[in-house]
Order: sequence, then structure tokens, then C-alpha cells
Amino acid sequence: MWSRRQSHLRRVACGVEELRCRRREQEAALRKARREQQLVSKRLLRESPEEAAGEGAAAVLGEAEIQQFLRLAQRGTDEKEREKALVSLRRGLQHLETQQTFIWMEGSMRILVGLLTCNRALLQLEAARCLHELSHSEQSAVAEACLPATSYLLIYLSGHSSDFIELCLYTLGNLIVESEAVRRHLLPQGIVPALASCIQSPHVAVLEAVGYTLSQLLQAKEAPEKIIPHILDSTLLQHMLQLMQPGPKLNPGVAVEFAWSLHYIICSQVNNALLITHGALSTLVLLLLDLAEVVQRTEDVGLELLACPVIRCLSNLLAEVATEDVGGQMELRDERIVAALFILLEFFLQKQPSLLPEGLWLLNNLTANSPTLCTSLLSLDLIEPLLQLLSLSNVVTVLDCIYVSLQVLTVLCNVAEKGPAYCQQLWPGPLLPCLLNTVALSDTDVVGQSLELLQLLFLYQPEGLNSGPFSCQAGAAFNPASFKIHQGSLGPRRIWRRKVFQGGFNGHYRHFLLTVVGGILHRPTLG
Amino acid sequence: MLLPTALRARVAGAPGAAEPLPVERNPEARAAPFRFVPRLVRFPREHEFFEDGDVQRHLYLQDVLTQVAEAPEKSRVPEFTCQVAGCCQVFAALEDYQHHYHMMHGNACSLCSRAFPSEHLLDTHILEWHDSLFQILAERQDMYQCLVEGCPEKFKTTQDRKDHMVRLHLYPADFRFDKPKTNRGPATPETVADLSTRTLADDGDAMEVCCEPTSLTPARVGERRTYNHRIPSTICFGQGALRGFKSTKKRNKHH
Repeated sequence: MWSRRQSHLRRVACGVEELRCRRREQEAALRKARREQQLVSKRLLRESPEEAAGEGAAAVLGEAEIQQFLRLAQRGTDEKEREKALVSLRRGLQHLETQQTFIWMEGSMRILVGLLTCNRALLQLEAARCLHELSHSEQSAVAEACLPATSYLLIYLSGHSSDFIELCLYTLGNLIVESEAVRRHLLPQGIVPALASCIQSPHVAVLEAVGYTLSQLLQAKEAPEKIIPHILDSTLLQHMLQLMQPGPKLNPGVAVEFAWSLHYIICSQVNNALLITHGALSTLVLLLLDLAEVVQRTEDVGLELLACPVIRCLSNLLAEVATEDVGGQMELRDERIVAALFILLEFFLQKQPSLLPEGLWLLNNLTANSPTLCTSLLSLDLIEPLLQLLSLSNVVTVLDCIYVSLQVLTVLCNVAEKGPAYCQQLWPGPLLPCLLNTVALSDTDVVGQSLELLQLLFLYQPEGLNSGPFSCQAGAAFNPASFKIHQGSLGPRRIWRRKVFQGGFNGHYRHFLLTVVGGILHRPTLG
Repeated sequence: MLLPTALRARVAGAPGAAEPLPVERNPEARAAPFRFVPRLVRFPREHEFFEDGDVQRHLYLQDVLTQVAEAPEKSRVPEFTCQVAGCCQVFAALEDYQHHYHMMHGNACSLCSRAFPSEHLLDTHILEWHDSLFQILAERQDMYQCLVEGCPEKFKTTQDRKDHMVRLHLYPADFRFDKPKTNRGPATPETVADLSTRTLADDGDAMEVCCEPTSLTPARVGERRTYNHRIPSTICFGQGALRGFKSTKKRNKHH
């Protein structure tokens, strides 16, 4: 996977700046699609032929030419000629106009399907490539026109030719994405058993293709009701988890596809208890540990592509596990998870800061109900690194910075609320100066969370307030006038964060502020 | 972020954790106006929270798919012929030969030299075509198994099976792997005027699974299985077995 990706980037014949610009445009388009919940649309998955490096760019074919190629392919005498005809057809099919002409011609798909199932292997292959081109079409009508071929594509998945199987899989994956009609056919035609048999292939390319197809299938809107139950009933789950086991046989490209597939299954919340029974938690934890080790060793591009879904899966699964007392969940008592997560947080900070919130989300779920892992945070000296995330304005956007601060404070509250023994260990070090900074911010959620934390610290370990650094800074920072609590002008985009992490906390902290601050400023030791 | 130096070693170390500190909560902590309670957070599928990661995922997929669409370069070699007896196709690239071998000889019935796309279909073919016990049982009970893997339904006739596959599994009505052998019948109405109406049957003999039971001759029914059909027919195990590559027609004449 990784080598293919890099070689593609090398072949594109344009400058670095142009690449970056194109990348930004792609990203913008994808973001827009995501917000409209259209991200699964295939037109975003492929560059148009005009944009691709101009090798072998072909002309649009007319009806007569298509007919000619089909006739030659079907009834030509020389096999080489037949093959060439199909190659020419395939090149023409890169264009939408040719695709449309093709599907509207009577009998054309029948002939193509006939070639797909004929007794000449190379013609089959070329016919499959033509279908693959069609499957890339931007128009659903073209994808739906490929319906007659799907049952054969499925049958070929049980064959022996790994290249052919790979091609069929990607074709099916593309068709799945574009058309609900195709999905409605593929399920009764047996796509789940076919995938379950393909996933046992020894070929890495085939496995990656299975993962791709599965992940596309799982993104369908109707997946939670119609697709995921079938998948959970099959042997696919066990094989997926096996392919994600860390070790010398782990292939990152394959693991990425199955990690994303697992993410779609888990976040659909169909039957996560079953996943836990199958050992998904321990597999994910081991994979996370493995990732943390690899990240330190290599400058490998793309590990965040694997880290992201693994973190999401773990985090959502942990939300299913009620408390630390769930029998046999020894991995939740393993402090290596916390250590690994921090290594990954640092990695995100350098490579992909937009993934920091996801990492911190996992940290919240790890620490919320776990005295063991809260203790680990303390015993592994991770409070200071955590506090460093409170001052990130030069790395991430302002809004992300605020959100990250909120998450950090929430995790600290998770620790502090467990009682005096925890608060005692929290106090030393830069905690207070950091807190004073956050309290001075204008974001209401952050201020609110800081005050929650202060209140817990104050309640459980009031002696901490007498420490030296605090007393010097108290006068400067705790100036009631500077705490004008203004209703922040948070954009509607981020309002939900407040609801999620705060539960609608508003206004009352003004009262607290005056109480605590008044109490602090009137203490005899502070003068 | 400055991480403690011992952290990396810890990840590589043994599982386990320090003894948790004692938990001692004071109910005052949750007295109004304070509401903090540790909460497990979960995000559903379409949540905005996943936007950034999803966008990165799709950027990656764009790269992958662009490469998959390109036909791979083939390694050219001097021309050679297929080594399987009876097949005289010539190849100039290893990938071509590999594909040819898998498709044409990988799951081939040695008795009637038909090739099948999968082992499952080959097994079904052997059972339904070449197993006399099957024929006997088929007269008394439903023996024709649905061709979709995982479907347990069995039927009395191939027509019933085909109806089931079309109705329930949404297979095309002209699904090739269930075509009766001798049906080169009248052109179906929807074939095209311009392009030839001889389409599938010509190229298709090699890919058929089964035939109508009525087209079997009585001699075939009485035939005894004397050898495993996957062994190449050039190997002979004794009396009654045939040498070489014979077509079914000739065999019927002998029996």
C-alpha cells in the first residue's frame, strides 16, 4: 500500500506548490461533502481523467465505434485483436460521454457480461477492466447499468486469480458506494459470504481490496439496519480482528482498511457487546501499543491513518463498558495504554494536530471511571505533558485550541474528582499557573471547566492553595474585575461541544467565582 | 510535548499498573452550582467530531483508487505455450499466463474439461453431472442446492433452483452458470438487431455448471464412478477407467 501511494505521487508531473494547492482544494471539497453527509460519493474518490497525468488519455467514443469494438471483441478471430478492441473500449470509457453512450445502447452490457464470462481468460480480464471503468462513473445511472454483472463479479471472488479478484473487489466497492439499488442486489446475491471467503486469501493486495469494499459497504446509510447485522452474523468479524493483530505479519495497508471498517461497525452501535465478546478490546489495545512503538522508530508516513480509527474504535467501545469492574477486562488496568496514548498525542501534535481532540477523547474515556488509570497518569508523570497542551495556539486553530483545553481540563477533573489522594498529587508543579491562565480566557466553557477543577482541588486539598507560587500570583490573576463572564460568541459549529462535555453548564460559575475568589483573597496567609 | 524519558520504555514493558490510589468522594463536590461528573463519551456515525479524520481518510482513498484503475505493467517474456494437455494458448507475459491458468485450468472438471470460476461451482458440477448416486437420490428428494454460498435451500429440479435464485437472490434470469447444456434455443426477444443474437452460448460452454436431468442418457445414470474426477484423465487406475482426453459423447458410445 505505502509503496504504491508514494510511486503515484512521484509520477504526477507537476510542481510541489501545485500539488499542495490541489490538495487544499481536494480537502475543501471533502469537508463540504462531509458536512452535507455526502462524503461517500464516488465522484470525490477519483480524479477526473483530464486531471490525471496525461498518459494514454483517450478520445470520447461514439456509438458506432463502441459497436465496432464490441463486435470485434465478441466475434473476432484473432485473440490479440479481440483483446485490443476491449482495451480501446476501456480507454474510451474513461469519459462520461462514452459511458453514457455505452449504457444506453441496447445489448451492450449483455455483450460485455458475455465477454466477462467467456472461455478466454484475457478477454475476461479486459472485460472486467471495462466494468471497472464504468464503476468509477460519476453518475449513478451508469453504476446501476452494471447490475447484470454483479452476480458474476461475486462468483469470481471465489476464484484463484488474485489480480482478478482484486479488480472485481474494487469494482464492486465502487458500485456499492454509488447506488443503493446495487447494494439491494448484492446483499441477497451473497456479498457477505463472498467477502468472508476472500478475507481468508493469503494475498495482501486481495485483503486490502476486501477491506476497501467492506468499508464502503459499511458506510451506506442503511448499513446499521440492513448490512451490519449480516456482517456480525458471519465469520468476517473474527477474521478482521485477526488481521489487525500486531506482529510481524501485520500489513499496515490491510490493517487501515479493516480498522476503518471496524470503526463504522462500532460507531453504528448495533451490537458492540458482541465485539467485546470477540476480543475486540484487547486486539485494539495491543494494536495501539504497537503503533506507539512503531511511531517512535520510523518516519513512516501515514501511521495516523491507522491510529485514527483505532483510537475511535477503542474510545467508542470503552463507552460501552460500564465500569472498571467488568470481568476479565484486564487491559483496562494496563497503564501502558496511557503511556502509548501520550506517545501518539505527541505524534499527532507534530504530524496531524487536528487529531488531538480524538486522542484526548480516548483519554477521557480511559480515565472517567478508572481509578487505576487516573493513578497511572500521576505515577507516570503525565500531568505536566498534559498541561502543555493547554497552550497550543501556535500549532492549531483558535477553535481547536479552545476545544483541546476543554478536554484537558475535563481529564484533570476526572482525576481530581476521585478524592484527596489524587488532588494531593495534582497540586505540585505547573498546574496552578496553567489554571490561572485558562481562567483568564474568554471562552465560557473553558472558564467553567477550570472553575470546576479549582473547586475540586479546593475542596479536597485546601492546603494546596497556600503554596508559594499561588500566593504571589493571586493578587495579579484573581482580580474579580477581569472575570467579566461574557457569553462567548461561539459559532454554532462548536455549540454541541459544550452540550457534550458540560451538560449545559451556564451562569452559576459567576456565583462560585465570587465565593472562591472572595474566600481566597480573604485568607490571612495571602494578605 | 515533552514526555518523560521512561515512558517509551514503559510501553515496551510488561502489562500492569500501579496500585490505584484510594477513592474518597465528598458529596459536596457535586453540590450546586457544580455539576462535574466524569462521563464516558461516545460519538455516533455522522457526528461532526469525526470530520477531520474522515477527510484525511478520503484523501488517502483518492490516491489508492487512482492507482487501482491503472492497468499494471506486464513483464514480457519470450512466447511460450500453456503446458496443460489439450490447451494450446500462447503467452508473452507471465501475468497473462497466470490469469489464464487460474481461470481455465484452476477449477476444471477432468471428465468433461469444463472450467469453472470457483471450487464451489466445480464441486456442484461434479456432483450433479457425474455422480450417479446423486441422480438416484434426486428422484426421491430435493437435491439441487442453491448456488449462492451459505444458502441452505435445496430443490427438486434445476428449474426450481433457478427460480429461487432469481426470485430470492436477485440473480439475472439468464444467469450463465445455471444454463441447461443443450439450450441453444431461439433468440430471446430482447436481443439487439444490430449486434449478433448469437451471444453467450457460443463462448459459454466452458462455463456451465449443470444440465437438465432429462438430458442425461440412461447409460449415464448407470455409470459407476471409478475414479476421482480431479485427477487428470491421463492417469489410469484400472479397469473401466479411460485414458487420455475423451469427450463425453464418445464415452456414451462406449457404454
